[in-house]
Amino acid sequence: MPMSLEATEIKKNSQSAALDIYLPPERKKISGGGVPHVVAKNFSIYYGEFEAVKKVNADILSKYVTAIIGPSGCGKSTFLRAINRMNDLIPNCHTTGALMFDGEDVYGKFIDEVLLRKKIGMVFQKPNPFPKSIYDNIAYGPRLHGVKDKKTLDGLVEKSLRKAALWDEVSDRLDKNALGLSGGQQQRLCVARTLAVEPEILLLDEPTSALDPKATAKIEDLIQELRGSYTIMIVTHNMQQASRVSDSTMFFYEGVLVEHAPTAQLFTRPKDQMTEDYITGRFS
Amino acid sequence: MNLGTRKLLDRSFTALGIGSIVIMGLALLVVLFPIVTKGVGAVVFKGTIEHRKLLFTEFHHGAARELEKEVALSSNYRQKAFDMLASFDKELEQMPPERQDQYRDSYEQVKAALRALLGPLPGEEQPELARFRFGQTRWDKAEEKLHNLLYEQKWDYSNPDVIAKPYDVSRAASFAGTSLVRLFPYVEENIDKMMLPEWTFYWGFITDNSLDAHFFGGIWPEIQGTIFLAIGAMVFAFPLGVIAAVYFTEYARDGFLTSMLRSANSTLAGVPSIVFGLFGLAFFINTLHVSESKSVLAGSLTLAIMILPTIIRASEEAILSVPKTYKEASLGLGSTKWNTIVTVILPAAMPGILTGGVISLGRAAGETAPIIFTAAVSVGAAIGLGDVLSSPTPALSWNIYNLASEHEAAAEIRHVQYGMVLALVTVVLLLNLSAIILRARISKKLKG
Repeated sequence: MPMSLEATEIKKNSQSAALDIYLPPERKKISGGGVPHVVAKNFSIYYGEFEAVKKVNADILSKYVTAIIGPSGCGKSTFLRAINRMNDLIPNCHTTGALMFDGEDVYGKFIDEVLLRKKIGMVFQKPNPFPKSIYDNIAYGPRLHGVKDKKTLDGLVEKSLRKAALWDEVSDRLDKNALGLSGGQQQRLCVARTLAVEPEILLLDEPTSALDPKATAKIEDLIQELRGSYTIMIVTHNMQQASRVSDSTMFFYEGVLVEHAPTAQLFTRPKDQMTEDYITGRFS
Repeated sequence: MNLGTRKLLDRSFTALGIGSIVIMGLALLVVLFPIVTKGVGAVVFKGTIEHRKLLFTEFHHGAARELEKEVALSSNYRQKAFDMLASFDKELEQMPPERQDQYRDSYEQVKAALRALLGPLPGEEQPELARFRFGQTRWDKAEEKLHNLLYEQKWDYSNPDVIAKPYDVSRAASFAGTSLVRLFPYVEENIDKMMLPEWTFYWGFITDNSLDAHFFGGIWPEIQGTIFLAIGAMVFAFPLGVIAAVYFTEYARDGFLTSMLRSANSTLAGVPSIVFGLFGLAFFINTLHVSESKSVLAGSLTLAIMILPTIIRASEEAILSVPKTYKEASLGLGSTKWNTIVTVILPAAMPGILTGGVISLGRAAGETAPIIFTAAVSVGAAIGLGDVLSSPTPALSWNIYNLASEHEAAAEIRHVQYGMVLALVTVVLLLNLSAIILRARISKKLKG
């Protein structure tokens, strides 16, 4: 597989020590975490001629929670969706530079995007369960990937629902249609559905923007539960949320990654004037 | 605009809407009422003993014993009328030739009227056609024929400025002074004993083959043919249409070719059905030779081509209305495009796709023009499922047209025609109903 110059370089770098500069010192370190899981190098995304994300360089550390904030239209969702190639659905969207996942170029010629999306799961802004039973929603992914045995499926469904803190609420009505759940339950179901295919990375695209405060709190608790087991990236409009749930935060403005720092540092002592203006509410 | 005008406008629009719905309902009632009442008349009517004789000899319905009893009963009364004819025959022989000539024509008319009423007279040969082997099977028709026996219709040409009017002349009067004069009051008085009318539920109208070109019997071959053709058309058109719609919505890139294909599809939806009929003849039968000549297969294929554009359009709309988020969710879980279409998009679009199917099914069952040259025959027995590849079939839509316009005895069997119309409406309704129930069940499953 021919690899771009940048890609080769990153591969070399990623062998090096964990990038502790992004991590809050006061937080408990996660064992086995903190190695670059996703690495962007001069990574740009274009919609036709328009450069939506401009030459981003970033390391996303494994098993930690990374938040992406920024005003509307700053390219934060576009960047997130580029990681598991959901942008492929948009006609004439293309990329330059390199985006590495586990040392492989995500946009390389020989990447199977279906396999990639199995490893990099995604939860969307609006809860989007399938119009099927709760059980079938969770079992959809495993079935796709060849799990046929009923017992294994039952186990997977229970495990995923427990991880998403939904099991106690729905265990007695697994055969009921998922659209009958409340918005917050639906969103946790979507998380469980993603967990059922046992991904390595969880991409959350404004997962609470359609939910009420109570349901939002549950999702945030859930993210805390999952921290340490999965690499989590969350796009959010809500800066309090970013500060509550994340270990490091990326601030995007007009397609440019302005600042990437440990969350506590970014929200208290931002290095960039623009970041400070944004988090203090001078613009939004 | 002030509040008063706005309220007035609101109310008048409401009134307009309600008005148009009421008019639509009334129009439906006006159309359906005669279809239902007269169509039911094909199944429920006052049947005479001739009807029961017909059913027993030709269709093997009914009990021999009871029929024998009835025949004996009616024969008693009929014999007296026949005796009167015989005695007049003798009287006629003894008349001078010029008086014989005077009576000959009207006597033949009397005999013809009696034959129409009661069937062949004693001593006559059994006619070839079933319609002449039996008297009137329906009481309403028998009453008409009785009138023909009692009265001769003449035309009033006295005023050359107006169209001639018919008027009735009593036949009894023209036979005044002969022994035949007794016949007319006798038949009039004893007609119900000769015919023994009673209310009949003739379910065989739905399940029997027809006899003597729909003169007697039922319309099962037509009902079955219609169902075969409609379902056959769906078997070809439905999968093809859905696959084409999937291609248009999920695979085709927006470009010149796609937009050309789309507009070609829309144009095809507007082509008159007779053109499809001729196309079917030219293409499926004369070019591809799917069958020797007309067949259910050729008809189904022609109907399929006709309904294909509707199915494609409806399926496209249905697929496009599936939320994008379903697709994202499925792809995000590592599903392939094809798998996403089959397991998520098509099930979610199915109610909409089925709606298009329902409309098309009704159209396929009701269309006449496409099957004239490709599948339909006027008369025939019900065909088996194994014959659909090679045999033509009678079908309701074509036979309704045939009975209305081309049948040599159309006026005699209006009830059959109404029965067919009712049957067609019912078949379409039942086909639609089953599809609607299916759609409702799927919708319910989707909504939870």
